[in-house]
Amino acid sequence: MALLIQGGRVMDPASGRNEILDILIEGGRIREIARHVPGRDRKIINASGKVVSPGFIDLHTHLRQPGREDEETIETGSRAAARGGFTTICAMPNTEPPIDDPSLVEFVYDEARRCALVQVLPIATISRGRRGEDLSPMGRLRRAGAVGFSDDGDWVSDSNLMRRALEYVKMLNLPLISHCEDKTLTQEGVMNEGYYSTTLGLRGIPKEAEEVAIFRDLVLLGMTGSWLHVAHLSTSRGVELVREAKKEGLKVTSEVTPHHFTLTHKEVRSFNTNTKIRPPLREEEDVAAVGQGLKDGTIDIIATDHAPHTVEEKEVDYISAPFGIIGLETALGLVIKELVEKGTLSLMEALAKLTVNPARILGMSIGRIEEGARADLTIFDPEKTWKVEEEEFLSKSTNSPFIGWELPGKVEWTVAGGKVVYQSRK
Amino acid sequence: MNFKRKDLLGIEDLSPEEIIFILDTAKSFREILERPIKMVPTLRGKTVANLFFEPSTRTRLSFELAEKRLNADALSFSSVGSSVAKGETLLDTAKNILAMKVDCFVLRHVSPGAPHLLARELDVSVINAGDGAHEHPTQALLDLYTIRERKGRIKGLKMAIVGDITNSRVARSNIWGMGKLGAEVRVCGPPTLIPPDIEKMGVKVSYSPEEALEGVDVIMMLRIQKERQKGSLPPSLDEYREFFSLTEERLDLAREDALVMHPGPVNRGVELPARIADGRKSIILDQVTNGVAVRMAILYLLLGRRR
Repeated sequence: MALLIQGGRVMDPASGRNEILDILIEGGRIREIARHVPGRDRKIINASGKVVSPGFIDLHTHLRQPGREDEETIETGSRAAARGGFTTICAMPNTEPPIDDPSLVEFVYDEARRCALVQVLPIATISRGRRGEDLSPMGRLRRAGAVGFSDDGDWVSDSNLMRRALEYVKMLNLPLISHCEDKTLTQEGVMNEGYYSTTLGLRGIPKEAEEVAIFRDLVLLGMTGSWLHVAHLSTSRGVELVREAKKEGLKVTSEVTPHHFTLTHKEVRSFNTNTKIRPPLREEEDVAAVGQGLKDGTIDIIATDHAPHTVEEKEVDYISAPFGIIGLETALGLVIKELVEKGTLSLMEALAKLTVNPARILGMSIGRIEEGARADLTIFDPEKTWKVEEEEFLSKSTNSPFIGWELPGKVEWTVAGGKVVYQSRK
Repeated sequence: MNFKRKDLLGIEDLSPEEIIFILDTAKSFREILERPIKMVPTLRGKTVANLFFEPSTRTRLSFELAEKRLNADALSFSSVGSSVAKGETLLDTAKNILAMKVDCFVLRHVSPGAPHLLARELDVSVINAGDGAHEHPTQALLDLYTIRERKGRIKGLKMAIVGDITNSRVARSNIWGMGKLGAEVRVCGPPTLIPPDIEKMGVKVSYSPEEALEGVDVIMMLRIQKERQKGSLPPSLDEYREFFSLTEERLDLAREDALVMHPGPVNRGVELPARIADGRKSIILDQVTNGVAVRMAILYLLLGRRR
């Protein structure tokens, strides 16, 4: 049966459309957008008072499958995505084994087809086995459906390999997604290097670990004329480097996570292991700088870096705990609370960072509301607040520093490929 | 003074009044140590578990003695990561020992925040006996006690802490404690062993012991921890000795009545020559004696009274 979304405020950053409209969905696609569409013989969603946005797209998700199905699977990760309003998620390749072979790209697609609620797009590795020694078969990975390349979790520290990778992807028209971190500077660090690493006696990760890596990558980008996407920017100077590179005309795009525009290293004082993240939570000035980067367009997109870990892994001392937190289910709330309500971005601008901008990076015609497009839609109440409860997460893991927070922006329905994949209980 | 804490995790979150109250309480326990029978029934029927996940001789023995002199039953568990090697987490280990009905944990662990984890998750008292490079509150309290005993006050004193500040929990706890009681603290060491933004803790930083020791009342020399250094070690111990060890000439820059302290164990001949370690200005062994009294006071304050 056809699905009719009635009376919602349609906000489509791609076209700038912002008005109350009905949307008719049939055969998985948007059939009609109009002031009034008759509701006879149609399943109706009353979206009155709600915002109807293109479904969100996350360029940076860890689904942990294959290898760490105790933390997350493609199925559970897709459920968390649906609850967070994401209709497309890009699976990072640092799985066990890493996605460095076409058969593994196919595995992700097969598994997603079997059980995922939303669209799952695999990112493949830059280097074989993520070892940073020689290139993965990027051409064949692209043909199998990889949408980008990244050794996420590790920086490609070998400058010659990075140069060749940047050159080679030019013929594939895909971005290299770089986890910019010089690990010779990180050493045994577990949090931002600064006042709190000093008082807490925890080893610091200097901001320069990120900045040195970004700078080298940008130099090689200039040399090769390729396309670089800088993952999870966390430092003020990192933002500045990307800004300057864009001014010079380099093809560079970048992302920030919700936790990096929300929290600072001060949070680590709780010794809550859900504040242990790479890159680490930085300082006030960095939070301000990534906000400014979002505002002026230096930072193109918001990506979650959803990184599930089990309770068993996280309920240990700070040094032993793994890095990473989940993010799919709290992203919208943090975007509205920290960026929209504080006046950094308008809601329309914020939605662009979650929809059409990542779609452009993927080179796909998703992330927009138009007739004939794939029916990926997120319907949320921008006013309604909700409490982040551990028991409510649909992710297999609950490692979030935002448990107990009140967030605005409740996702009420998520529609992916024309199907309702999430519906809020209340 | 109402001391109502469940745990002693660090000096940073103690008020000056609480610190002074602990020191005053320790004074009455110090007297007990001079008696022929060095024991009181204060904690009879209480059980304290000493969990040491890092090597320690002095601190562990000091706690055990303090417990025994208060008539508490003491269990000691030392293991350098052994239960972790078997797959048991810290919290599991503690929960299992708690199931045997103990009243207090004394924890030494390599990870900052490990005692905070136990304190948050368990309903019994937790005493931090050193968590990584974070804090070592009982050490700072015994240092404060010893300084106050000798000088009659803390306020207005000048103290220099010399050595590997980055890796020292003793330095951090003393910086908080001395600062809260109104002393001026200087830290001194090679730049590779001074952590960033430490000035914001209220200390002055110097790379020159000649500058740092000028006119101070108290000198605290820290152990150069060979086992913890990776890359940030000064190029060689010989070079370190040449630049930072407490020589007679450097000691002469301090006040005539300056005290020389060390949290131990001393690398004799590296940061401190034997002659000074054993000399008349050294109060290193007083620190050790007072440590028992201070730990008795803390155990009493946490366990001996109704909370």
